[in-house]
Amino acid sequence: MPIQYYIYLSLALFSIGIIGVLTRRNAIIVFMCVELMLNAVNLLLVAFSKMHHGVALATDPATTAGIDGQLFVFFIMVVAAAEVSVGLAIIVMMYRNVHSVDINFLNRLKN
Amino acid sequence: MSITEILFFFLSALAVFSAIMVLVSRNPVHSVLWLIAVFFAISGHYILLNAQFLAIVNLIVYAGAIMVLFLFVIMLMNLNKETERNKHIWMKLAGAVSGGCFLMVLVSLVRQASDFQEKTALMGTGDIGLIKNLGKALFSDFVVPFEISSVLFLSAMVGAVVIGKKE
Repeated sequence: MPIQYYIYLSLALFSIGIIGVLTRRNAIIVFMCVELMLNAVNLLLVAFSKMHHGVALATDPATTAGIDGQLFVFFIMVVAAAEVSVGLAIIVMMYRNVHSVDINFLNRLKN
Repeated sequence: MSITEILFFFLSALAVFSAIMVLVSRNPVHSVLWLIAVFFAISGHYILLNAQFLAIVNLIVYAGAIMVLFLFVIMLMNLNKETERNKHIWMKLAGAVSGGCFLMVLVSLVRQASDFQEKTALMGTGDIGLIKNLGKALFSDFVVPFEISSVLFLSAMVGAVVIGKKE
């Protein structure tokens, strides 16, 4: 499959995530759109790692080139799991204080 | 058209459609369910690329753990109804236009880039995505980041408990 197709798909998913962050007001949906953007990047990293592996395979049949990309995806997933746990705790705390998850209530940090 | 191409276009259409439905659903629970559909489509892409370990981890971590956490928080706050107030149509239009401009600029950039011409991603072959090879690399070359990520998890756990604690 040509690498451009994967780039277009990832760009489409990433742009949908950006539009969601810009247009929605519910903090949880904004957070979900951030997850969508992370996943678009993950997909692109895996596609590039396979592209790199295909190029390296032509010269050396036993190469493991491109394995770094897949490990980066693994670490991105690890960091995303930690990020979600802390972020959702922050959203719960915000809901407890202002009884809403509308991010417009966050434009005043005082009080 | 081979079976791989058919699967690729089907999974791509599923992913983009589900991602759009995440945005336009008014009910947050429906958004979470559509996002799970996106994750399943992306896992299908990983399987097509023969990255089986990442496909399974994506399903377990994202669709299994993270989305359950989202659903749990939504249920906890009793948000499973349409609570979002209508905002100005201009704000939505501005967001959509800026996101579309971003997409257009990058697509035109990729179309012209000479680095990506004639390059293909290897489908179905290549064994770097198998658990054996990834595990070898993870515990030899990447063992320090792996251990550091355990510290990250510990700090995230402590942070979540401290933030979520009442008073």
